[in-house]
Amino acid sequence: MSAGLKFVQGNEACVEAALYAGLQFYAGYPITPSSEIAEHLAVRLPRVGGTFLQLEDEIASICAIIGASLTGCKVMTATSGPGFSLMQEGLGYAIMAEIPCVIVNVMRGGPSTGLPTCPSQGDICQARWGAHGDHAIIALTASTLQDVFEITVHAFNTAETYRTPVILLLDEVVGHMREKLVVPEAGAIATVDRLKTSLKLGMDYHPYLPREDGRLPMSDFGGQHRYNVTGLFHDMWGFPTQEPSMVHGLLRHLVDKIANNADSICRYKEYYLEDAHIVLISYGGSARSALHVVENRRVRGERLGLLELQTIWPFPYSVVESKCANARYIVVVEMNMGQVTRAVKRAVAHPDRVVLANRIDGVFITPTDIRNILRLIQGKGV
Amino acid sequence: MVKRRLKEHVIDREWCKGCGICVHFCPRHVLELDEQEKAFAARPQDCICCLLCELRCPDLAIEVITEELQTESATKEQTE
Amino acid sequence: MPFKDYLRKRFFPHIWCPGCGHGIVLGCLLRAIEQLAIGKNDVVMVSGIGCSSRICGYVDFHTLHTLHGRALAFATGVKMSVPRLNVIVPMGDGDALAIGGNHFIHAARRNIAMTAIVMNNRTYGMTGGQYSPLSCHGDFATNAPYGNIDHDFDVVELARAAGATFVARSTTFHARQTTEIIRKAIAHPGFAVVEVLSQCPTYYGRKNKQGGAAEMMEWYRDNTTPVGSKAKQQNPTLIERGIFVQDAGKPEYCCEYKKLVERARRGAS
Ligand SMILES: Cc1ncc(C[n+]2csc(CCOP(=O)(O)OP(=O)(O)O)c2C)c(N)n1
Ligand code: SF4
Ligand code: SF4
Ligand code: SF4
Repeated sequence: MSAGLKFVQGNEACVEAALYAGLQFYAGYPITPSSEIAEHLAVRLPRVGGTFLQLEDEIASICAIIGASLTGCKVMTATSGPGFSLMQEGLGYAIMAEIPCVIVNVMRGGPSTGLPTCPSQGDICQARWGAHGDHAIIALTASTLQDVFEITVHAFNTAETYRTPVILLLDEVVGHMREKLVVPEAGAIATVDRLKTSLKLGMDYHPYLPREDGRLPMSDFGGQHRYNVTGLFHDMWGFPTQEPSMVHGLLRHLVDKIANNADSICRYKEYYLEDAHIVLISYGGSARSALHVVENRRVRGERLGLLELQTIWPFPYSVVESKCANARYIVVVEMNMGQVTRAVKRAVAHPDRVVLANRIDGVFITPTDIRNILRLIQGKGV
Repeated sequence: MVKRRLKEHVIDREWCKGCGICVHFCPRHVLELDEQEKAFAARPQDCICCLLCELRCPDLAIEVITEELQTESATKEQTE
Repeated sequence: MPFKDYLRKRFFPHIWCPGCGHGIVLGCLLRAIEQLAIGKNDVVMVSGIGCSSRICGYVDFHTLHTLHGRALAFATGVKMSVPRLNVIVPMGDGDALAIGGNHFIHAARRNIAMTAIVMNNRTYGMTGGQYSPLSCHGDFATNAPYGNIDHDFDVVELARAAGATFVARSTTFHARQTTEIIRKAIAHPGFAVVEVLSQCPTYYGRKNKQGGAAEMMEWYRDNTTPVGSKAKQQNPTLIERGIFVQDAGKPEYCCEYKKLVERARRGAS
């Protein structure tokens, strides 16, 4: 798609951004509400010489994109809750083997098959801890189509920069809604290319030896350097080890490379926070209703503000803490039973001031829902 | 086909785990396990260079080194 | 190049038990690659998890040691991205046909040019000798103390029915034939399945009173017969070995995808 103004669906904006970021390989399995991502890529990827595959299940899909990534491709898969559950083992593999990939989860109601066509934001904690074992994870989200575009590009950039999987948590509302999108000119948003080793043939290449800046240059599978990739704890050549100091060192590295760069990974938006007495915190589709309430109330002179999170993991603890420092109430607006609320409570100085405004019935949370909660905490009744 | 003659059996004692497969299947009973359970060629003169021991060793520990046997006709050709 | 040059010798002796058939398969595989004179950089070996899957660590190729059962899925990503690579996927029987059974039939159905080698020891070696989908009815296993009531797959029939275009079976006793079959499988322009009966003396042999490694290989000698032989008609319990399917005519997946890209590009311009 050429640059310029479009009127598209959220899932399509994600596709446009992925291609803008340099996506070359997609494998997936159909699932509502993410299917349009595959449908659009089936048309678009072959035209740019990329690979589009529908495989036998989500497990195969994540495994295939990891394999493709190793050959030097930028890769992605897209799914929803049930498929995301199936992907957890592969996700853990990509974390351990440090293989860049983007996993889009257009969230729907769960658990289990749940509510296939209804919005939810129930996979926040699964994104964080779905894969077994200690690890760090990057999970991003967005509320407008323009943001979906930018955050998707950010997802690819972050995956490459830190050699790690990045999860893009969209929700059914954002994935399916239509609004305008301005596709930027090529180059207008920076894209990060795969960092490849400059070591020539015959030189000893260490796929798992971080440079001083923490980054690990890669060498394409099938290229001139041969090495081993495994989900076992491994040494700097990728060969399995159980040597305690190496195990410790690798786990620390996997966690620290993300924890130490949380600031550059972190994206958020803020509205009217300078003097806000009531701070709403939200993300994804819910943030649209939250912003509506804030803007309406501001017109009436009420001091409400909104902090919209775009990076969920690593959780922006310091941002949340500082933005909420002067708040009398912190209202977290989300479509689950408080998955981000829990993190917010850990971040702020006064957890007792944190209130959850949610919906868990498969119906999109509306400004009215939020307004009712605000009336309650303001002692006005519903 | 060129006939081959045994030069030597090279057995890596580090790699050999003494499974006895080579000993068991050698058609000429050339090989035996020593007291440390490592294979060795007890009767190398009987070896017919079939290479089966090498092909079936699960530890890639045994190598049958052979050289080309100069057949009579070949020797003749050379002298003529 | 001597076939041992394909080894990462520093990791030897390997971890497999004395007499484990997997080492024989390794030898056959490397000899086959040597005969085809394939360069180290042109081979990607992808394996899952299991004793068999440890094979990856020992060979000096691009090696990808993945998740239990998922090797073919990872391999599909590699092969589709760089079709010129020789992608070889050694798997255990549990790896290939229990947890990985779905990937197995679908890779066969697509006819993607890769070499799947099923190292069939009829048990789960790595986890301690439990019954696998290739354990026979009545076999014993560490968790089948009263006898296995499951029935086993016939890998050859399964692969054929799923659409594999090269299907063969051999045993570790028949090492020379195994090498030859693997060589043909690697050279085959489609999805190739080679089942190699490979003894696990530690668990399967012990639990089923089959004796040591050599006795188990004798069993392979005495209970298999070349495909289409008279012996099979006289004794139907014999297991056939050899090449069952070899069809270079069915369109290969990477080639088909390449054509699809050309169609898409023509349509777009
Ligand atoms: C998802 C998952 N389930 C179970 C295991 C445990 N596991 C490791 S290897 C293995 C089976 C190995 O048997 P097989 O594939 O036949 O190979 P072998 O060890 O016999 O060569 C199992 C069940 C695992 N690693 N991952
Ligand atoms: S077959 Fe190999 S490992 Fe077994 S005894 Fe002979 S040389 Fe040793
Ligand atoms: S080459 Fe054949 S005859 Fe010679 S030792 Fe080996 S198995 Fe025996
Ligand atoms: S347990 Fe069985 S399969 Fe595993 S290495 Fe030992 S003999 Fe081989």
